[in-house]
Amino acid sequence: MIPAADWTLCALADRLATGEVSAVEVTRAYLDRIEALDAAVGAYLTVDAAGALAQAETADRHRGEGPLAGVPIALKDIFLTRGLRTTCASRILEDFVPPYDGTVVRRLREAGAVILGKLNMDEFAMGSSTENSAFRRTGNPWALDRTPGGSSGGSSAAVAARLCAGSLGTDTGGSIRQPAALCGIVGLKPTYGRVSRFGVVAFASSLDQVGPMGRTVRDVGRLLEVVAGHDPYDATSAAVPVPGGLGELPQGADLRGVRLGVPREYFPETGLQPAVERAVRAAIEQLRDLGAEIVDVSLPHTKYAVATYYLVAPAEASSNLARYDGVRYGLRVTADDLQGMYAETRGQGFGAEVKRRILLGTFALSAGYYDAYYRKAGQVRTLIRRDFDDVFERVDAIVTPTSPTTAFKLGERLDDPLQMYLADIFTLSCNLAGLPGLSVPCGFDEADLPIGLQLLGRPFDEAGLLRIGAAYEDATPWKARLPGDPPEVRR
Amino acid sequence: MTTRYEPVIGLEVHCQLLTDEKLFCGCPTRFGADVNAQTCPICLGMPGVLPVLNRQAVDYAVKAGLALGCTVNRRSHFARKHYFYPDLPKGYQITQYEVPVLEHGRLEFDVDGVTMSAGIRRIHMEEDAGKSLHADTGSTLVDLNRAGVPLVEIVGEPDLRSVDQAVAYLKALHAIVRFLGICDGNMEEGSFRCDANVSVRPVGRAELGTRVEIKNMNTFKGIHRALTYEVERQIAVNEDGGTVVQETRLWDDAAGRTRAMRSKEEAHDYRYFPEPDLPPLDVAEAQIAAIRAELPELPRARRQRFERDIGLSAYDAGVLTSERALADYFEAAVAVHPDPKLISNWLTTELLGRLPAERIGVSPIPPASLARLVALIGEGTISGRIAKDVFEAMFAGEGTPDEIVAKRGLVQVSDAASIEAVAREVITKNPSQVEQFRAGKAALKGYFVGQVMKAMSGKANPKLTNEIVDRLLAGEGT
Repeated sequence: MIPAADWTLCALADRLATGEVSAVEVTRAYLDRIEALDAAVGAYLTVDAAGALAQAETADRHRGEGPLAGVPIALKDIFLTRGLRTTCASRILEDFVPPYDGTVVRRLREAGAVILGKLNMDEFAMGSSTENSAFRRTGNPWALDRTPGGSSGGSSAAVAARLCAGSLGTDTGGSIRQPAALCGIVGLKPTYGRVSRFGVVAFASSLDQVGPMGRTVRDVGRLLEVVAGHDPYDATSAAVPVPGGLGELPQGADLRGVRLGVPREYFPETGLQPAVERAVRAAIEQLRDLGAEIVDVSLPHTKYAVATYYLVAPAEASSNLARYDGVRYGLRVTADDLQGMYAETRGQGFGAEVKRRILLGTFALSAGYYDAYYRKAGQVRTLIRRDFDDVFERVDAIVTPTSPTTAFKLGERLDDPLQMYLADIFTLSCNLAGLPGLSVPCGFDEADLPIGLQLLGRPFDEAGLLRIGAAYEDATPWKARLPGDPPEVRR
Repeated sequence: MTTRYEPVIGLEVHCQLLTDEKLFCGCPTRFGADVNAQTCPICLGMPGVLPVLNRQAVDYAVKAGLALGCTVNRRSHFARKHYFYPDLPKGYQITQYEVPVLEHGRLEFDVDGVTMSAGIRRIHMEEDAGKSLHADTGSTLVDLNRAGVPLVEIVGEPDLRSVDQAVAYLKALHAIVRFLGICDGNMEEGSFRCDANVSVRPVGRAELGTRVEIKNMNTFKGIHRALTYEVERQIAVNEDGGTVVQETRLWDDAAGRTRAMRSKEEAHDYRYFPEPDLPPLDVAEAQIAAIRAELPELPRARRQRFERDIGLSAYDAGVLTSERALADYFEAAVAVHPDPKLISNWLTTELLGRLPAERIGVSPIPPASLARLVALIGEGTISGRIAKDVFEAMFAGEGTPDEIVAKRGLVQVSDAASIEAVAREVITKNPSQVEQFRAGKAALKGYFVGQVMKAMSGKANPKLTNEIVDRLLAGEGT
């Protein structure tokens, strides 16, 4: 069998384009790995072997048509895929088969991509460990008893374990970047409005953003080019042109003329794992060696980000999840009357974290509390955005740790939601401000667990972040380090 | 001494806009399609769907607002209003809350010939819900064809002080939205729906009484009855020493009463918040100007012109301006033949006797034909009686008045000699009636005229016939 899983997405796409390998043999290679290894990793909720092979055959008949022709990717199970079950890792959508493709799925198909299946996640993307999935636990390929991060933990685990060539996740408060950091891969949360949200199950509409996850910065750039751009079906998508060439960024570039800000608020005295701080500081020095100018900056309202986020996101979630009522699709638990049907359906269909957030959000929007909570949160959000506006007058990008710690043990924080919420302290502000954020691997801790470096950029400057990320990636050894395959468990 | 009470009424009117597509998706809005045939993932509230605003609906809303003298907010916002109900697919309705697209308008209307006006607080845009059908089996069936159809809600100030004022206000509003062509005004199908806020207070007191919201009124008559009932009910509660409870009540048309639906305590907390899936609604100055330039003459202005410039009675002017199509029909006919009074008569008595006003646009008799008919009467070509036959034939689609008159040979006979010859024969054949007439039974003249007409198939010139019969009966020329 061909070693398809050893190639990066860009390298694979090039080999497919030249006909050196066929989409069918590449797809078979990946399906074989999933069959052998995913029982241990637990990344997939649905594997669509027949569909993937059919798409691969089509890709082989149309070789080279489309930038992802024949490339096997997998999707967080939050993307609606026509005819392919989409659960959002929730009992309430356990048997839901969408009647339509979301915009990014359509764009992937048009680009020739082969969709292997749907990946695990925290239920409705609420969580930072993928443990809130109603269906299965996902292990971190670097240490299977640890979290792959979340909520796009199935995506980060599948990419790190080479169970797909690349993936799409969603990021509402860090759900692409944090799992990317914890699994040693690259994850990009684009600017709010850069990628269409149409056909993506909504969590918090003003924060949600779709983004690519891959083994390298260029892999992520290649995926971004395909999925980004204005969509007439998403009124919040931006009519800003998407730059090309993001998958072919020049090798070994330097960073002369680039000014990078290091915000002091992202290096707190407590709560930051020493190995993470060491690795991030070393990465900053590496960036300086590449020619970047390093500037100390301050984002003074950072300390309000967690509180603000946990008002805005649950409030919007409580609204977005109102549609799961058992009337039209998804789970319905019958009862004696309508109220009973609602209560039983939602009571049995939603997991504990989802319920917690619906309650938080319902409270925050209630008459008499709206001004004190939701409206106030909106005002603080403006202050957080202004912090960034001010800093971006002086620097081109901001460098921080992605996550305060490396991957924690599964189960460790399950009973402590506040501790779990703090896993996202460095990623939330980016969503509140609508900015693009990139996480790239920047080292390992004592236990050989990956560490992520976060780069935050100006609105719609994904290209700038990817250039910095690629320069760093080219100058460091991290992308060459891959987790070993877990033990095979074939059914 | 008994206290006199006055009602205080404010109306909230929902108008379905006659756009081709729904407010946030491309589904058609036509009424009467198969159940759930006009739906898509967006209006079904599937996971992952997003709303995209239909700008035609915005134009229609602005049109209504400008016609009602509202200020157009250059930037307004959509909001989500939450409640659970099977016919509300997303669990929330997209509406406007803090800043609506239109505010601060005024509506003029007439009550017993007196012009009055009431404030319009705001007009906001929102999507309609679907329909729940409660089956005999105890289950509820849901039709979502209506879900997402664009509505404007026109919220009136509580400026109305009688039930008659309320109904006049509503009729004036109904005429305006129909004149604008933005709403078909069909109350039975629910495209024009009215809720009322009603309170009463002793005459002379400044502060308002406790307000009750009345829902489920589906006809103008029903609204009149419901408001009358509710005002009397509240007065009775006060007079019995009780207090009116703030609540929502449903009008039961069959029972002729309102009944409590939910109390203030049971009222929903709708948890409004700004709709994050839609950017702010911006209306450009140029767009407002373009819509203003296209505003038609509104019913009141047109009625006043019909009275003042055309000389119609207030009643006729009112009838003719109750529908834009009717007024257009009238003016088109008058343009062909300038006899407004006669055209008005034929239009209101004959045509409206056979066709409801809202269908006048599809009348089998075009305005030019009605005008020609009136002209033929005026010219003496046909008599008024024959004209009715011609009208019937036109209504049956037999052609223009000239064609029908020619085909049926209905041209009036105004040749005195021919009429006189027939009249002489009639008199000769009826000697006893002649004797009675000459003995003083003057009413018998009509008999002779009728006999002449009958003999001439109604085509004899009535005026000439009368003159000739008079002369012959008086003995002249015999």
